[in-house]
Amino acid sequence: MGEARKVLIDPLVDNNPVTLQVLGICSALAVTTSLLPALLMCLALTAVCALSTAAISSIRNRIPNNIRIIVHMTIIASFVIVVDQMLKAYAFETSKQLSVFVGLIITNCIVLGRAEAFAMKNGVGMSFLDGLGNGLGYSVILIFVATVRELFGAGSLLGYEILHTVANGGWYEANGLMLLPPSAFFIIGLMIWGIRAWKSAQVENPDYQIHEVHRTEVL
Amino acid sequence: MEYIALFIQAAFVENLALAFFLGMCTFLAVSKKVETAIGLGAAVIVIQFITVPVNHLIYTYLLAPGALSWAGLPGVDLSFLGLVSYIGVIAALVQILEMTLDKHFPKLYNALGIFLPLITVNCAILGGTLFMVERSYDLPESVVFSLGSGFGWALAVIGLAGIREKLKYSDVPEGLQGLGITFIITGLMSLSFMGFSGIQL
Repeated sequence: MGEARKVLIDPLVDNNPVTLQVLGICSALAVTTSLLPALLMCLALTAVCALSTAAISSIRNRIPNNIRIIVHMTIIASFVIVVDQMLKAYAFETSKQLSVFVGLIITNCIVLGRAEAFAMKNGVGMSFLDGLGNGLGYSVILIFVATVRELFGAGSLLGYEILHTVANGGWYEANGLMLLPPSAFFIIGLMIWGIRAWKSAQVENPDYQIHEVHRTEVL
Repeated sequence: MEYIALFIQAAFVENLALAFFLGMCTFLAVSKKVETAIGLGAAVIVIQFITVPVNHLIYTYLLAPGALSWAGLPGVDLSFLGLVSYIGVIAALVQILEMTLDKHFPKLYNALGIFLPLITVNCAILGGTLFMVERSYDLPESVVFSLGSGFGWALAVIGLAGIREKLKYSDVPEGLQGLGITFIITGLMSLSFMGFSGIQL
């Protein structure tokens, strides 16, 4: 039980797929202008990730090694099609906002990365939990970024107004930059800084160290 | 004229990397040296230029609603098979290109070879195809779009690599070292590319 728990919880902060392994960043940045599409995207990715790692794990001993990537791709693509059709059927408006990014779950490196690194070596149950854990780790980042961007960019959450904006006769001057692409880079960059200040084991060593006397702390 | 406008728009205003965040994983991972960035950029342009028009033909003549009417099946709509066929085409084309280069242009293969497998899972390639379908470009438009978007992506990755080469001489706070500062630089680059958004031809 202890191991299953570790597999599920570890990717949330300690081994987060987005901030530490640098996987699946494309969609983490693109669908976060408001919370609702971000939530839907989290749901879609977590479902695809958990189901496809389980499916790949169940046939792992039958996949010929040299064509494994294509087999993985086909399995993942099939699950993505299922999810995509479901979204179109039950949440059409939001699926329009997600535009091409649901399709791009196929090339999301989190799913393929977990299939390669974990599902090919472990049993079905564990692979399912690992996929679920990594999907949730991705969701944590996505929901955080989306909350910040929608709250400060539009003064609302899930469409409900939280900060009363000037446009509606209130006091909050909405920060338009938050709705533009660059802010997503800044938020994730600062978030990585925060996580690494907290968990210093994740700090990267620079390839090239400048001399002591030139460092700002010394000057 | 409208093709030039489309090219400019695809390359700068709607830059795949900086405005749509496509291909970010490779973008961040392979941008430490200008030389490798140029190799990767060239590979992306080539693959993009081949796959988008090919996928366009597949969509128009096989998958779109009513596309099979030339085979006497006007009521068939296979568009739900899109994702599987696009990724299949991309994976197959990358494989074919790799083998052709290896056999006939060993020099080029040595320069691009290591990046080709990476490109199969690069969202910029699949994203280009999906945008082409979503915006219903016709054949010449999709050729121009593929060139523009590939060029824009290559430009962005080479630019970032240039900045990162100089960055090692700067004093970056510990937690921001590596990935963190790269994100912030990419954000600043994205801001500057947004300056192109007023351009109309």
